[in-house]
Amino acid sequence: MPLNRRDFLKLSAAGVGGALCADAANAAQRETKQLPPDAVGMLYDSSLCIGCKACMSACKDANNMPPETPGQPTPLWDTPPETSGRTLNVIKLYQNGSAEHKDQEVDGYAFMKRHCLHCVDPSCVSVCPVSAMTKDPMTGIVEHHADRCIGCRYCVYSCPFGIPKYEYEDAFGQIQKCQFCAHLQAKGVIPACCDVCPTGASLFGTVEDLKQESQRRLQMQTDQEYEFPRGKLGGGRPGHIAKASRYLKHVYGEKELGGTQVMYMSAVSFDKLGLPTNVPDFGYPTISEGIQHTLYKWMLGPAVLLSGLVYVVHRNTRNHHDDDHSDSETSSDKGTS
Amino acid sequence: MSTHAPIGGKLFTRPFYFFLLLFMIALAILATRFIFGLGSVTNLNDGYPWGIWIVIDVMIGTAFGCAGYAVALLVYLFNRGEYHPLVRSALMAGMFGYTLAGMAVMFDLGRYWQFYTLMMPGYVQYNSVMLEVAWCVMAYIVVLWIEFLPTFLERFGLKNLRQKLSKVLFIIIALGILLPTMHQSSLGTMAVVAGHQISPLWQTQLLPPLFLISALLMGYALVPFEAILASMGLRQPMETSLLAKISGVALAVTIFYLVLRFADLLWRGALGFAFESNLDALMFWVENLLFIVPVVLLAQRSSRTNPALIFISAVSLLLAGSIYRINTYIIGYHPAAGGTWHYFPSVAEIMLTVGIFSFEVILYLIFVKTLPVLHRA
Amino acid sequence: MAISIKESDTHLDGFVGTLGGVSRREFMKFCTGVAATIGLPAGMSWQIAAAASNPQRPPVIWLSAQECTGCTESLLRSTHPTLEQLILDAISLDYHETLSAGAGHQAEAHKQQSMQQNKGKYVLVVDGSIPVKDGGIYCKVADRPILDHLLEAAEGAAAIIAIGSCASWGGIPSSGPNPTGATGVAEILKDKTIVNIPGCPPNPYNFLTTVLHFLAFNRLPELDAKGRPKFAYNRLIHENCERRPHFDAGRFAITFGDEGHRKGWCLYKLGCKGPETYANCPAILFGDVGPGAWPVGTGHPCFGCSEQGVGFTKGVHQLAELETIKPSATHVDIAEDIGVGVTPAAAATALAVAGAAAGAGGVVVNRLMQNNGNETDNDLEPHDREG
Repeated sequence: MPLNRRDFLKLSAAGVGGALCADAANAAQRETKQLPPDAVGMLYDSSLCIGCKACMSACKDANNMPPETPGQPTPLWDTPPETSGRTLNVIKLYQNGSAEHKDQEVDGYAFMKRHCLHCVDPSCVSVCPVSAMTKDPMTGIVEHHADRCIGCRYCVYSCPFGIPKYEYEDAFGQIQKCQFCAHLQAKGVIPACCDVCPTGASLFGTVEDLKQESQRRLQMQTDQEYEFPRGKLGGGRPGHIAKASRYLKHVYGEKELGGTQVMYMSAVSFDKLGLPTNVPDFGYPTISEGIQHTLYKWMLGPAVLLSGLVYVVHRNTRNHHDDDHSDSETSSDKGTS
Repeated sequence: MSTHAPIGGKLFTRPFYFFLLLFMIALAILATRFIFGLGSVTNLNDGYPWGIWIVIDVMIGTAFGCAGYAVALLVYLFNRGEYHPLVRSALMAGMFGYTLAGMAVMFDLGRYWQFYTLMMPGYVQYNSVMLEVAWCVMAYIVVLWIEFLPTFLERFGLKNLRQKLSKVLFIIIALGILLPTMHQSSLGTMAVVAGHQISPLWQTQLLPPLFLISALLMGYALVPFEAILASMGLRQPMETSLLAKISGVALAVTIFYLVLRFADLLWRGALGFAFESNLDALMFWVENLLFIVPVVLLAQRSSRTNPALIFISAVSLLLAGSIYRINTYIIGYHPAAGGTWHYFPSVAEIMLTVGIFSFEVILYLIFVKTLPVLHRA
Repeated sequence: MAISIKESDTHLDGFVGTLGGVSRREFMKFCTGVAATIGLPAGMSWQIAAAASNPQRPPVIWLSAQECTGCTESLLRSTHPTLEQLILDAISLDYHETLSAGAGHQAEAHKQQSMQQNKGKYVLVVDGSIPVKDGGIYCKVADRPILDHLLEAAEGAAAIIAIGSCASWGGIPSSGPNPTGATGVAEILKDKTIVNIPGCPPNPYNFLTTVLHFLAFNRLPELDAKGRPKFAYNRLIHENCERRPHFDAGRFAITFGDEGHRKGWCLYKLGCKGPETYANCPAILFGDVGPGAWPVGTGHPCFGCSEQGVGFTKGVHQLAELETIKPSATHVDIAEDIGVGVTPAAAATALAVAGAAAGAGGVVVNRLMQNNGNETDNDLEPHDREG
């Protein structure tokens, strides 16, 4: 089905965002969720990223994932086109024209890191019928638990960032997504991609600290040299000295869709990097859950409706309680047979 | 005693074998799916995780199955006893539609062996629309079979049991109206969370009522559709006057639906998207013109007694409702990120869907020939 | 200098004596090597050979400013057989502070004499940076600032070659506080074409090739915007590096001596400046001792000695910028095509199903119309084997 995504993004920019915002005023919207107290996150700075893919290889090691070698007669290179059941993290490339200048929209290029953004109000957690998607109440990490998942793929369908992935090629496949290396964090180690990033483009830290760091970067003067922390923000590792980029004066993920714990900074506009822009400042679950909670609060609505129905049906079936009699009555006025 | 009777006759006819063959092909596809995974037979991908197995077999299948719901609503809620002759076959259509939809879900579920977690208190997640749909559909399948139970009891002469059942049947009937109201609207709510991923032509907070009403419409359309096919294919008498009446009901509901649909589009300022030159706009008009066809055809009272027009209108409504669902969930759905995603059902996917509908025909033939389903004057 | 190939062929027999013990075979090998470095067809080696053995050797004046003699040392250590002899015989090195036989006034006088005699014909080679601060007093030769020497020698030079990073753009003396106002040659002789052979030291073959190109064709090789011969400096080290696959695969040495370092992984994270340094080091290597004989090959990150603003400016640990190159082809697009769209088989199946349904519907409608016209009260004709 060849749908023109670019056209659609343009449309949705104009239409859906606005429409949903307008609708929201009238919707039975629920409160948006708040950032957990010890929320950890990541700041991905596209201008610092050199596209070395060290994070991709570290991610595969940390999560024990096999390489993906599409279209290679002899499998040599791990070249996943997108995150998938075998790949939780992909470095992608935006390029335009001659692609000569980094962090430039025209005739330039920029890198983009794709993995779970760990939404503050995640759709996947809201839609999962069996709590296979959970959000840690303290750290805010959105984790998947395959042991209870029924594989309905509603999370895949609903995620506004297209993150959860299913293993279609496996008879007993499961959903895979970035778990922010929760298994490593439990041991006091930071997520593998941040740990290995040479330039600090992927920076781990608490969301509050990262927001401060992003503000610091927004204050920087373009082309002046600054020190950029590496690994964990405040982790004591020597920094990386680089020139500040022409940052867009916006940190993606601070507000979008209710906020995300993984935030993005870039000199190239975020829609070019494949992030949905012109989205509301609240997560979609606030609408869908709002509708559901209004209709099904304590199951009161259905209970009232059911009792009414029972009453009416009982009365009506008593009126012509013997099916067969009523049948013969009504069949007399048939103009057929 | 009953005016419902099995029509009898030879079961193993040529059409029967033809549909059986299609069903066997579907079984082979299923075997492949369960041995090698969903990817081995479907074109599903992470951009389009729901293909026609979900949208056609489940969402459209259950909407077809709303025949029982639609007629029950008329007969039991609005006390229009005259529609009673249609109840049983409508219930049966619902029973097949829902049971097979339930089966189709199991084929499509990636981790079907953990299906039981849907019923485990520690795991269920009450915010999930999917959970509500799952519970409702499961419950409704049971309800439909109980509602249909009298037919079996009659067939096997269990008159006593039949009478006892009819004393409590009203609760089941009430449930049989409540449950589809809940989950057919929720099938619309399910798309709300997709947000900007669904084109503004379909994404609206009115999805729940629109899905409910269009499901009801498809239910009302299925009754004449099935009745006319049965009368032709199985040489059954046609209850034209009843079909005329139910067509009138369908007409009124269709007009209501269209007013709601377009008012919503206008209010959201989304109608402009219908005039773009893309597949979305084209499918939008196909969908809505199919809703408009019956309005035109059945506008005059006299035309509502013309079986051909009734039939065309019914088919048109069934197609319209189906395309509405396909549009909302597949064509109007533009996966947000990560790739330029493509999806068109594979041959195997189409053949499985065909196989499931064939199975429905097979069951229909068996049931009407051996059980007192169809109404005999 | 246009010697036809046929002529040079006959001249070669006389070479054995003049080449100071270099066999004809070895000499031709060298010339072919030079032709290959410069990217000329193999046949051109004859023309280069003829130039290299021309009895009228072109005079060369070699000025040394603020330098360490590294460039000269490196040139002398070219391990082609007795290369120094070849070069000393191929050209007439009339003045070189390290290599001149004479010294003091004698050497200076010889230089003056040569410059006057060969005005407009000699090649001027400069190594070391030129101090310009305080009238250039920080580097004096024969009691005159080197700046004067340079200006004087540049006047009558046929070609000027700045060898080494110091002469090319200032090098070590120009970095840091730069108390002497060290400057590259091109910066001073703004109106002249200067060939820059940066590097610390530069690969001797890049210098030799440039000289021989000038001798063979009487013109300089093609230069880039920074005055560097394109044959040697138009590619990033990163592009030809043997460790590049490790970079592309995200395999990096993190610290010296760690597992990745021992396995020969990419040195980027140790501060390798290959991604921002233009030179042919990984292609032609150093010292003619075989594979791996260059800094990165031995496990040390490139520190960008030849690149202004990188070598001697950035810290060794500091990471290189990948500003100037196109990204690798192995990167995936933001939105790659994924999934299967309409295939002929699927379209045919879908159309067949739709067609069958439409056909059946058509038949039904047709029958219904007929019945309605006949007013047969629904007594439909038996039309199949049902019942």
